Amino acid sequence: MRKLVIQDLGYLSLGPIDLAVDSGECVCLSGPSGSGKTLMLRALADLDPHYGRVFLDGQERCTMSAPDWRRKVMLLPAESQWWAETVAEHFDSRDAKDFATLGFEPDVLSWQISRLSTGERQRLALLRMLSLSPAALLLDEPTANLDSENTKRAEKLIAGYTKRTQAAVLWVSHSREQISRVADRWLHFEPAGLQEAPLP
Amino acid sequence: MNVISLSNSDLALAALLVVALGLLSMRMRLGLFKQIAIAALRTVVQLSLIGLVLKVLFTHVDLVWVVLIAVVMLAAASREVVARQQRRFTGLAGFGVGASSMFLSSFAVTVLTLTTLIAADPWYEPQYAIPLLGMLLGNTMNGISLAMNHLTQSAWQQRAVIEQRLMLGQTREQAISDIRRESVRTGMIPILNAMAAAGIVSLPGMMTGQILAGSPPAEAVKYQILIMFLITAGTGFGTVSAIWLSARLLFDQRHRLRLDRLKKAA
Repeated sequence: MRKLVIQDLGYLSLGPIDLAVDSGECVCLSGPSGSGKTLMLRALADLDPHYGRVFLDGQERCTMSAPDWRRKVMLLPAESQWWAETVAEHFDSRDAKDFATLGFEPDVLSWQISRLSTGERQRLALLRMLSLSPAALLLDEPTANLDSENTKRAEKLIAGYTKRTQAAVLWVSHSREQISRVADRWLHFEPAGLQEAPLP
Repeated sequence: MNVISLSNSDLALAALLVVALGLLSMRMRLGLFKQIAIAALRTVVQLSLIGLVLKVLFTHVDLVWVVLIAVVMLAAASREVVARQQRRFTGLAGFGVGASSMFLSSFAVTVLTLTTLIAADPWYEPQYAIPLLGMLLGNTMNGISLAMNHLTQSAWQQRAVIEQRLMLGQTREQAISDIRRESVRTGMIPILNAMAAAGIVSLPGMMTGQILAGSPPAEAVKYQILIMFLITAGTGFGTVSAIWLSARLLFDQRHRLRLDRLKKAA
């Protein structure tokens, strides 16, 4: 079981939020910009000071170190960042099969980061995240810069990963079509707080 | 020793050169006149005062006075480190980092040198202790302020990269390792350059002073080599310590990047 439980989470304009994401469940989040979607994911990854409690598998976040927590509950930011020169330096384990699912040739590892397009960065960031085998995925618009073909490929990769590992998924998306394809539940940020919406 | 004593009119002539530079800056609208005037005035006042203090100190050798002067020098150097930061730690943290790092490195190296290498009697003989500490503090201060400025500026500019590394489960040490390494290097460059150029491109100030004051060049050279090594060690250890402490301050216990602890200098 890889259930993610959020209790009374908030800071600044955010929350308090109570939410449980079941093992293997995909919950989509949407709302106008500035409504707190990114703030919420950052708080769950423990990147900003905030209040509230979060549990994974019944184990409370504060009982483990922050890096341990982030390796389990991993955030994929809207804009990925790269610090070394080549793609390979950002990957510990390299499963060639996964690279192929997102349309990359095997030589992608030797590519220069500076020559990647925005879409390539986004696909590689997703692969980098999954290569670290997190137990819960916090995805901030993971396909925002992808064309429809690559969007489908990325959705398929994430779905396959979730099915295999029973990871809990929180997915920020603006596209109703995407939500209807991937979501088990849909939550919308309203002025009154997070509201459950019927799936489109 | 055959020292040719400088008269006040000699200094006044030299001051005329600075005045000329000030006038030129005014004509060219460089906006430096005020800065030149204040800096020149500070040099005269501060050095005259320290001359008086040293004169008194040299005739009344007392550990308490030496320590007191040393503490004042350390506080002034720490203030200067903070003043040179474009982004400063809020509160007294920046001052504390500078003071503790300089205390550790400069004071340790000075005391070690005085007790074992120079072996003056008593070891705190102000004629050796104060100039030695001054040289070390001045250089360590430069290294630390350059390095800290590089660290905080880079952390600010590369916040997204640092946080990305944290998101992937890296520790705060891993997430800032590249920036930390670059910062220490930045702090060490001036003294490494000075060592490499010493004697070929430039005659170091202390050695020049000693030779002008009539010391045999061979003696002056030996002292200069000693000082260079001490400065390198002092700057290196001081910079490493300051960067280690500052990098720690940029994160909290939960390995979050806390740039809210920095504020932009006015």
